[in-house]
Amino acid sequence: MEIAGTSRPATLATGLPVPTHWQMFCGFFAIAINGFGGVMPFARRMLVEKRNWLTPEEFVDALAMCQFVPGPNIVNFAVAFGGRLRGITGALACVAGITLSPIVLGIATYKVLLEFAEAPAVLGALRGMSAVAAGLVTGLGVKLIDPVLRRKDWLSFSCAVVAAALIGVLRLPLLPVLAAAVPTAIYLQWRRR
Amino acid sequence: MNVLIDLGLLFGKIGLVAVGGVIALIPEIQRDVVEVHGWMDVHTFATLFTIAQAVPGPNLLLVTLIGWYMDGAMGAFVATTALVLPPAILAYVLGQTWQRLRGKSWLKPVQAGLNAVTIGLIASAGILLIRASAVSPVAIILSVGTVVVLMRTKLHPMWLLAGGAALGAIGLV
Repeated sequence: MEIAGTSRPATLATGLPVPTHWQMFCGFFAIAINGFGGVMPFARRMLVEKRNWLTPEEFVDALAMCQFVPGPNIVNFAVAFGGRLRGITGALACVAGITLSPIVLGIATYKVLLEFAEAPAVLGALRGMSAVAAGLVTGLGVKLIDPVLRRKDWLSFSCAVVAAALIGVLRLPLLPVLAAAVPTAIYLQWRRR
Repeated sequence: MNVLIDLGLLFGKIGLVAVGGVIALIPEIQRDVVEVHGWMDVHTFATLFTIAQAVPGPNLLLVTLIGWYMDGAMGAFVATTALVLPPAILAYVLGQTWQRLRGKSWLKPVQAGLNAVTIGLIASAGILLIRASAVSPVAIILSVGTVVVLMRTKLHPMWLLAGGAALGAIGLV
């Protein structure tokens, strides 16, 4: 599938040759096995700093595009990156790279844990890790709110609190909440410019 | 068969309403899987999420594991594909033109609006997960301690997970 006026580049904007399918697979595989609890920071280090496949500006543009596409960000990123350089097979190579190792490792871990699910030590370890994992997600939330509070951005803060209350406390379904909250939040930010 | 259709419809829907990545989706996934469909209890959900966090890679592994829990390899395949494929088609098309977003006047307010909502979703994900894993006072202390360590130091999350596992394995949690 080719879109008019956007023929695929012969070389990257960084001047390097376009990576092969295998190189793209390996690049995204490396991002996956190094990324703990979210892979985006590592994706930048790998694609921009280590391999020079994207300029810093291109990375920001691609990330912004991923924000507007629903779904898992890194998979969308892999699709956009691979598809742009080598079409559908390129997109598949990148997606396979990013998903293969976590899916195999995750299912293996799950099967092993089921085998030993009766052992008190295993159950205890899972309880301890669950508590930490919950803390990691909360910590991510706090880290994201911190700069909003520091620059006294009360508008963004209120939007976040309202979204959290509707979803986390009242447990309303996501679709109607987003349909109301996202346009409202964008409108308020637009008016403030 | 019905399970596969349910998984496909559920995660197809979730993939299309997703903003801000999989972590922001946790409240909705938990709501659908635990409260609406009753497929598992909240502790099983928290355990599957923990495995997804403990394995390096994208957080979408949570959805793969929910699919596996429900219906083995086919369930895992259907749930993951349903989540990933529709947005991926959109990303493929938009990916050809990503640089056209640069410098658009509407970009900043739209990003700021989406970010604010995403932050709220991630914060509620954290609170719901703390509640789901709060099986003892020590568990709550571990969760809160993790937040503090994360804010104050650059310690790799892997060490925190390993520490939690060790404390739990010797029967303290």
